[in-house]
Amino acid sequence: MAGAHASSLLVPGDSRLHRLRPQCKIAAAVAFIFIVVATPREQFWAFGAYVAGLVLITGISGLPPRLVLRRLTVDLPFLAFALFLPFFAGGEQVGDGWWSLSIDGLWASWNIVAKGTLGVATSVLLTGTTSLADLIRGMERLHAPAAFTAITTFMVRYAEVITGEMQRMKVARESRGHDPRWLWQIRAIAHTAGTLFVRSYERGERVHLAMLSRGFDGAMPRMVEGGAPRSDWTTAAILPATALAVSLAAWMVHT
Amino acid sequence: MDGAHVTPVLAVEGLAYAYPDGHQALFGVDMRIEAGERVALLGPNGAGKTTLVLHLNGIHLAGRGSVRVAGTMVEKSSLAEIRRRVGLVFQDPDDQLFMPTVRDDVAFGPANLGLRGDELDHRVHDALAAVGMTDVADRAPHHLSFGQRRRVAVATVLAMRPDVLVLDEPSSNLDPASRRELAEILVGLEQTILLVTHDLPYALELCPRSLVMNEGTIVADGPTADILGDAALMAANRLELPYGFDPASVPPPGPRS
Ligand SMILES: Nc1ncnc2c1ncn2[C@@H]1O[C@H](COP(=O)(O)OP(=O)(O)OP(=O)(O)O)[C@@H](O)[C@H]1O
Ligand SMILES: [Mg+2]
Repeated sequence: MAGAHASSLLVPGDSRLHRLRPQCKIAAAVAFIFIVVATPREQFWAFGAYVAGLVLITGISGLPPRLVLRRLTVDLPFLAFALFLPFFAGGEQVGDGWWSLSIDGLWASWNIVAKGTLGVATSVLLTGTTSLADLIRGMERLHAPAAFTAITTFMVRYAEVITGEMQRMKVARESRGHDPRWLWQIRAIAHTAGTLFVRSYERGERVHLAMLSRGFDGAMPRMVEGGAPRSDWTTAAILPATALAVSLAAWMVHT
Repeated sequence: MDGAHVTPVLAVEGLAYAYPDGHQALFGVDMRIEAGERVALLGPNGAGKTTLVLHLNGIHLAGRGSVRVAGTMVEKSSLAEIRRRVGLVFQDPDDQLFMPTVRDDVAFGPANLGLRGDELDHRVHDALAAVGMTDVADRAPHHLSFGQRRRVAVATVLAMRPDVLVLDEPSSNLDPASRRELAEILVGLEQTILLVTHDLPYALELCPRSLVMNEGTIVADGPTADILGDAALMAANRLELPYGFDPASVPPPGPRS
């Protein structure tokens, strides 16, 4: 089946980070992101410390730095949006007659860029060292609502089926000479999108029937048992604990 | 009727069903299958085979008539019980497999039945072993070949230890070797099997008895070799043997192993 494999974010490896239980990694990543978001934006040094922490973890994970940087680019569209803020936000302005930037806008922009990028980087490290199956199991262990893990499971699974379907429809279109260069040729693509929707919907129906046939009654069974060893929790806690110290220090300097 | 005093595993009487859009697919189906039988359900496209099969585990509920599984009426209140007894393998394994790993997918059914821990692990292992797929347990179903996915789909249902196994066109899209391997797996099972198929030699090989369905009713019921040998019946129901295949030339299906 063509198309990128939705489950191939994992870069196989055997680092300490790869071996940590998924629930510990997820909890640590979520805690870290919350702490980053709660850090006062004026304390640049704190963000420097966070970056240093993530760089260190990248080193431990054995993920190629280039790959991490490339995956970071998923947040470019958000960054582009953030960069507009200084031009349009109100309040006090800097500049001379020709141009002016809103000071509030600049701060807001920096805030989004810094915290957003740190958040994405954390996810990149998490998904790069944890298979999707483990991510889902980890969420289950953390008692994420069953519906939430179920939806994630389906998304993962059917992202693949649907990309495959899309690919096949594209091939079918192109083998009949479709080569959209002009706007009016886009019609065929719109039709494809419609058909894709119907097919995905019908697929969803059939999957649901197959699940009912296996005794599904609306609640995903919790299949995982047995917790993570304490050492995994303490290892995973290092990042958020350090970040918490940094954030508290930043608040103290701030006030 | 002989054996009327033993409760059949599957008993369908006067079953009629119309889809919600008004299209009537079944017009009074009667069928009895005894424990341990392997029966083929044949018929042209659109005959209503899939529709019938979806009644056997209560996905569709009878519009008129009745469906009984080992004496239990298929109705809302008995669904959990029915679905434990009747395992349905869907035509397309992609409809059946949805969990991130093969192991989780096979565990899904028995976990719904309330199994946990070691007991669950054993079920999963036994089911995968029965189809020879234990070494793909930790892989993602969508990274497997079609034939492997079909086998895993069979395992997901075997893991529920059903009394009856219903397979909708299990040999479609399989290469000849996978098709033969699946046949070997099915012959080795002790469950009652209802096999929906367009693959007539496959029906002959696996099932001593066949039912022919057309336009929403059962039009013939008898030994598979007799049905495949009845040229008039075959032609009337758009059933065609592969070029050069002579049902009289092959040995009849062997006794159960
Ligand atoms: N969801 C549906 N809504 C309305 N009509 C349907 C639906 N599914 C099937 N039908 C109709 O019911 C009839 C029987 O369909 P069914 O799928 O049971 O046939 P089948 O014997 O399984 O055919 P095939 O060999 O092609 O799989 C067909 O005329 C079909 O068009
Ligand atoms: Mg069908």
